[in-house]
Amino acid sequence: MNISNNLIESHGLKKDEYKKIVNLIGRKPNLLELGIFSAMWNEHCSYKSSKKFLKKLAVKNKNVIQGPGENAGVIDIGDDDAIVFKIESHNHPSFIEPYQGAATGVGGILRDIFTMGARPIATLNSLHFGSPEHPKTKNLLNGVVSGIGGYGNCIGIPNVGGEIKFNSSFNENILVNAMAVGLINKNKIFYSKAKGINKSVIYVGSKTGRDGIHGASMASAEFGENAEEKKPTVQVGDPFTEKLLLEACLELMKDDSIISIQDMGAAGLTSSSVEMASKGKIGIEIDLDKVPCREKKMTPYEMMLSESQERMLLIINNGKEKTAEKIFRKWNLDFSIIGKTTNTNNLVLNFKGSQVANLPLSSLSTDVPLYDRKWKKNTLPKKQKFLENLEKIKILDCLKKILSSPNNSEKKWVWQQYDHTVMGDTVQKPGGDSAVVRIHGKNKGVALTVDSSSHYCKAFPLYGGKQVVCEAWRNLISVGAKPIAITNCLNFGNPEKETVMGQFVECVDGISQACTYLDFPVVSGNVSFYNETNNKSIEPTPTIGGVGLINDLKNMISQNIKGTENYILVIGKTAGHLYQSELYREVIGFKNGPPPEINLFNEKNNGMVIQKLISKKIVKSVHDISSGGILVALTEMCLAGNIGVKIKTPNNNMTLHEYMFAEDQSRYLIEINEENHENVSKILKENSVHFDIIGKTQKEKIELSNNFSISLNDLKMLFSSWFYNYNKV
Amino acid sequence: MKSSVIVFPGSNCDRDIAVALEKFKIKNQMVWHNDANLPKSDLVVLPGGFSYGDYLRTGCIASKSRIIDEIINHTKKGGLLLGICNGFQILTETGLLPGILLRNKELKFISKNVFLKVTNLDNNFCHNYKKKNIIKLHIAHNEGNYFANNDLLKKLEDQNLIAFKYSDRNGNINDNTNPNGSSNNIAGILNSEKNILGMMPHPERMIEPLLSGEDGSLMFESLFNKK
Repeated sequence: MNISNNLIESHGLKKDEYKKIVNLIGRKPNLLELGIFSAMWNEHCSYKSSKKFLKKLAVKNKNVIQGPGENAGVIDIGDDDAIVFKIESHNHPSFIEPYQGAATGVGGILRDIFTMGARPIATLNSLHFGSPEHPKTKNLLNGVVSGIGGYGNCIGIPNVGGEIKFNSSFNENILVNAMAVGLINKNKIFYSKAKGINKSVIYVGSKTGRDGIHGASMASAEFGENAEEKKPTVQVGDPFTEKLLLEACLELMKDDSIISIQDMGAAGLTSSSVEMASKGKIGIEIDLDKVPCREKKMTPYEMMLSESQERMLLIINNGKEKTAEKIFRKWNLDFSIIGKTTNTNNLVLNFKGSQVANLPLSSLSTDVPLYDRKWKKNTLPKKQKFLENLEKIKILDCLKKILSSPNNSEKKWVWQQYDHTVMGDTVQKPGGDSAVVRIHGKNKGVALTVDSSSHYCKAFPLYGGKQVVCEAWRNLISVGAKPIAITNCLNFGNPEKETVMGQFVECVDGISQACTYLDFPVVSGNVSFYNETNNKSIEPTPTIGGVGLINDLKNMISQNIKGTENYILVIGKTAGHLYQSELYREVIGFKNGPPPEINLFNEKNNGMVIQKLISKKIVKSVHDISSGGILVALTEMCLAGNIGVKIKTPNNNMTLHEYMFAEDQSRYLIEINEENHENVSKILKENSVHFDIIGKTQKEKIELSNNFSISLNDLKMLFSSWFYNYNKV
Repeated sequence: MKSSVIVFPGSNCDRDIAVALEKFKIKNQMVWHNDANLPKSDLVVLPGGFSYGDYLRTGCIASKSRIIDEIINHTKKGGLLLGICNGFQILTETGLLPGILLRNKELKFISKNVFLKVTNLDNNFCHNYKKKNIIKLHIAHNEGNYFANNDLLKKLEDQNLIAFKYSDRNGNINDNTNPNGSSNNIAGILNSEKNILGMMPHPERMIEPLLSGEDGSLMFESLFNKK
């Protein structure tokens, strides 16, 4: 078959990339081989634009067992327990078909976890939608939430947390980032690297169908007018089969049958076989007649590029085939020995008695082109003099507006559609700073959070990248955890544009600075470029999933106010930074100016002091101050505990608006009782941590002296209604 | 006290219920749905989950499992049978309990804590609720909307076969306290002999303060101290 320019282009390959292919293999590829190159050389699978910059990230600390490069990262949490976790994007498919796109996003990330031998114990997600008024948003929101619930509820893994944000830059490119967390014995981790020659290559799980063909390539290009036409590239999820696959794999993993294992995710059978063999520096030969197919007359091209879900590829020890088959048959799953490992260093595919492809594995892995793309430096926006007289707008009106806005209102409508208590170990539910999941049968737990701040990153990527890592760190500290490591999902526009690449490079720089300083390394993640429609790209959105350890659950703490007559303290310095704050964006509609800057020394110092106070059991509750500033954070604490507060007017050189709504970073609110007041003040002073005492808790209402008084019930209505009203039929 | 938890393909609360049973000193074993024989048990539990993915009617395929005949024999001999969530759906599909579970009124999955009034205290599952008959448990279901026609509802009410009704914290039962549209706010029912209980809420998820409540514990204590 003649490989025309059109055909090359429709496979998402550039002309010079095609030339490189011909050079590498010393001949023209056939159509099947071209398809394989397209699957392995696209941005989603190859990281060709991002690799150079990702190398900057800190990837190790004393807890890290496995950093980036495997199905997921692994960290040690003591007593032979390890946590396996990763976050991944499913943005493009979710925009085309929200239910299935989101569902298979959850399915895919769960497979990354149990492929390593871990039992998944929690999922989280970060969702970004367009403006609520955009005609597509309501449908996308409902479809994505139902899809995430439909998959996770069925398989029975608790969905313990996440975030949902609305912003018009996502009108035509939503973000669906799914994170999964698993528990494993650190001595029994399974990897994808193949070992040994003449070992059986085994296909298990669902049959291969014609769904999701070229899914990864679709996800590596921007959308045009015709996004909906790409629906056939979206996979269809089957959580029931995934549950069977999960149980069958974990059952087989109890003994030493498996040498290596890899799930068939993006680029299906192609990427799984290529990755396993190339990591093991051996060859692999597959007989495509043996691949279980859902439909008749499937071609090798379709089999190799299908992204049908719920499939796994295993390489197992000789003689273990029967044991493995028995287990998979018990769970009613397909099981087929489709090939063997070889010493050729090539990927060889046979079909109906003839060889249909033969490619050196290096051409699909180490020789994938890498780009050093041009990028444009970002400048820090100026602090424009703000003309409007803020004093005219009442403090209470600002609070009400922020609390009832889509981005700041309570997300119960969403998380009550997710089973968050199955498995019986969810000890801190969605809605707090971090979720906490107990390690089964033990008195320790992991704290989990997922965070992003796209408008900070848009305003100045370096600060934004730094901020989002710190936000995750703070959220873990706030529940009493020791932050250990992160996973990141980097969502950006078209990297071929210098502005987008500039945003990427500087966000990654920010992330790198923060995670190095805080000893909070990146152990897994993915990059999603080309989040762009008709030439308009999304706001740069790195999403950070953080994991921390609570060694003794007695030291777990929450944000809800525990009692009346207790002091409320602001920990950390408030400087009055209102640019990019919710007050400016939501209340005034002013979106220019720089995001708040992070001082990493203060971040670490303040966080460690909070840890000290928690471990001494002299704080009642802790909440980090983020979006909306002090007054919003304090209201959240009061609503969670159903206890009010009387706030005194602070004595400083700021306006009340600046003090109450500024989004200066590295700050927390804490509740302490009177008898610990002296002790807490002493510790804070010894550690040079700035603090303000801003009020005392009381029954039923929130008051600001000489300014306002409002009942908790009224605030609760404002805080809890937005999602219900928006989705009313 | 010995129990068997039946594991169907797609069960996902099987481990949770086993943990709860063992916590309350009930000797439990897991039984595969395709087994021919039921081990000697005082109590059989059909756990929550999505048996066969719930792709057909919920509980329908599981109700045709090989072990089901053995379970029916067990109940005929007076053995106890508890179906939670998907287990309740399986019980209505087998005909061991009357009525049917429809999709929730709002057509959305609901996962939240609800208050319940224990309306029958005179059975082996609930007698310990005499101490406390308004309780908090977690529900997590898409098809929990119990439907019964008027004749059946009358029978259930007259013969006092309703075990739990959705209520508020003070025990008031009305439309505002009905999360899923169930007839007469029904959350769980008993058979006439009161040795079979089907319920949508999950007692196994509320067995310690750390899990936001202990009201499920009273059911396992009731079972352990069988009347």
